[in-house]
Amino acid sequence: MSTSDLQYPTAEAQVSWRERLAGKTFTVAVQRAAIYTILILASVAFLFPLAWMVSTSLKVKSQVMAMPPVLIPNPIRWANFPDALNAPNFPFPLLLKNTLTYCVLATLGVVISCPIAAYSFARLRWPGRDLVFMATLATMMVPGTVTLIPTFIIFRYLGWTGSYLPLIVPAFFGGAFYIFLLRQFFMSIPMELSEAAIMDGASHLTIMLRIVMPLAKPALAAVALFEFLADWNDFIQPLIYVTSEKMFTLSLGLYAFRDRWETRYDLMMAAGLVVTLPILVLFFFTQRTFIEGIALTGIKG
Amino acid sequence: MAPLHPTRGSVFGWMRKSARTEALLGVALAGPWIVRLVVLHLYPIIAATYYSFTRYSMIKSPTWIGLGNYIAMFTRDRLPMQALYNSFYYSIGAVPLQLTLGLFLAILLVQNIRGLSFFRSVFFIPTIVPAVASSILWLWLLNSRVGLINEILVNIGLPRIQWLSSPRWIKPAFILMSLWGIGWDTVIFVAGLQNIPRHLYEAAEMDGAGLWARFRNVTVPMLSPTIFFNLIMGIIGSLQIFGPAYVILRGASQGGPQNSALFYVLYIFRQGFQYFEMGYASALAVFIFLIILTMTALVFKSSAVWVYYEGSR
Repeated sequence: MSTSDLQYPTAEAQVSWRERLAGKTFTVAVQRAAIYTILILASVAFLFPLAWMVSTSLKVKSQVMAMPPVLIPNPIRWANFPDALNAPNFPFPLLLKNTLTYCVLATLGVVISCPIAAYSFARLRWPGRDLVFMATLATMMVPGTVTLIPTFIIFRYLGWTGSYLPLIVPAFFGGAFYIFLLRQFFMSIPMELSEAAIMDGASHLTIMLRIVMPLAKPALAAVALFEFLADWNDFIQPLIYVTSEKMFTLSLGLYAFRDRWETRYDLMMAAGLVVTLPILVLFFFTQRTFIEGIALTGIKG
Repeated sequence: MAPLHPTRGSVFGWMRKSARTEALLGVALAGPWIVRLVVLHLYPIIAATYYSFTRYSMIKSPTWIGLGNYIAMFTRDRLPMQALYNSFYYSIGAVPLQLTLGLFLAILLVQNIRGLSFFRSVFFIPTIVPAVASSILWLWLLNSRVGLINEILVNIGLPRIQWLSSPRWIKPAFILMSLWGIGWDTVIFVAGLQNIPRHLYEAAEMDGAGLWARFRNVTVPMLSPTIFFNLIMGIIGSLQIFGPAYVILRGASQGGPQNSALFYVLYIFRQGFQYFEMGYASALAVFIFLIILTMTALVFKSSAVWVYYEGSR
């Protein structure tokens, strides 16, 4: 593990000081080279599928299935993108609008509801709190499969199927994972801050909004990003609740696209890239928040 | 708490009132979540259990048939057990590989070298590609005639594999796809590794521990809570694989060649949302729920032996 080793202050070590240091440096160099080699090879393996997606999306039809495979398209056919976006069953602007409606509203819901519930679990005392929190943790372990059907029946009873309500409304009532994550974060903020504020006559609501929330901005940002990503990529919920094609999300649209253009991998890859690109761009600008947010989830699991 | 108050009585009075206000506020703030917890998490478990003893097509109200659904899924209908086998095959293949590879990459990522955040992002990116997009990408990569994976195999002297059309290879194909998404596990492992105090490694090295001994005696025990977390989440997630299978098999009507990729949730979806056999689908769901519950409980129980929580000795 440790790569910055120096000699140990034993008599034996001091005798062969020079040789040992030289030997160590050499070992370290070899180790480093090995680590880089593995990391680079692994990176190639991880990025290659995406690179192949890009490459296929830019090929002329005859080159898509050429043998041996052509890595760099020649000529580059940019027109695949407008072709995919203008395909009759892939109304991109509409799909994008629908997806954004779902993502933005559900993310908004989660960002409003979860910190409030998390604050209650982390900083307020009320009878039954720990029991409810245990139940909250337990729901994270409950497989979604078992709640799928009764949930569908509830929303059908309410007349909400065929609309976005089943996808959006629950978000305004919180989510177990985010509440857990935010609670862990709130607990790490010193209680003394709240106590001092109470002494000064501040109410709990003031403390929550003025002291705790501002400190929790990174955790809130992580929650917003996770939810946005989950909604953008969500497939099973739109599949169950959205019935009319006019309300399809990008995921559903892409699925339908695949169904229709079975063998046109050039167009399929172009459409797939268009659906993926926005989320990649989002990740590019927010990766710190993303990665630190995930790190937060695993530590106290 | 409130030493500034003049008399003992009034201090208590003040505290009691403030405690009551705090409790009311606490319940009020947690209220919306408690509603969701009851309506969308607790009630559905009870409802699913009830429906599982009924015949329910959603047109008429449920009719009680006792153990009928459960008897059917173990006798008349052979597909549930086949589907369960498929999901277990996938889970047993995918989870250990995900954990091992994820941990391996994470260990490389905490070494003292340059470009770490770059590599970490590279491994993470596949996990944010939408499931439908990554599934059609893999459909293309695994194409048996002209897919890139087979081209690579042929080039290194291996035979072509009928990844998605042979009952033998389709589950390994899904496992392979899942490995592309280990970046999430990796990031959690990296966070866990970074929390291991350096002095433990230094002490182990002083004692002459080699690379393997340090991994075995420092990394594994110190990281065991993180391994535990990823293991539980891996089991729960993998046994419920749905999206990629639905996309690759074009819906839940087909289960792949000889039903070899008919995963359990796919079959529930077919029964529930295509045949509208809500009672039967609920019985299937309750059964996998019990299985996942048992497995989670077993892992939790075993964790007393192999998971080391610092400060809990």
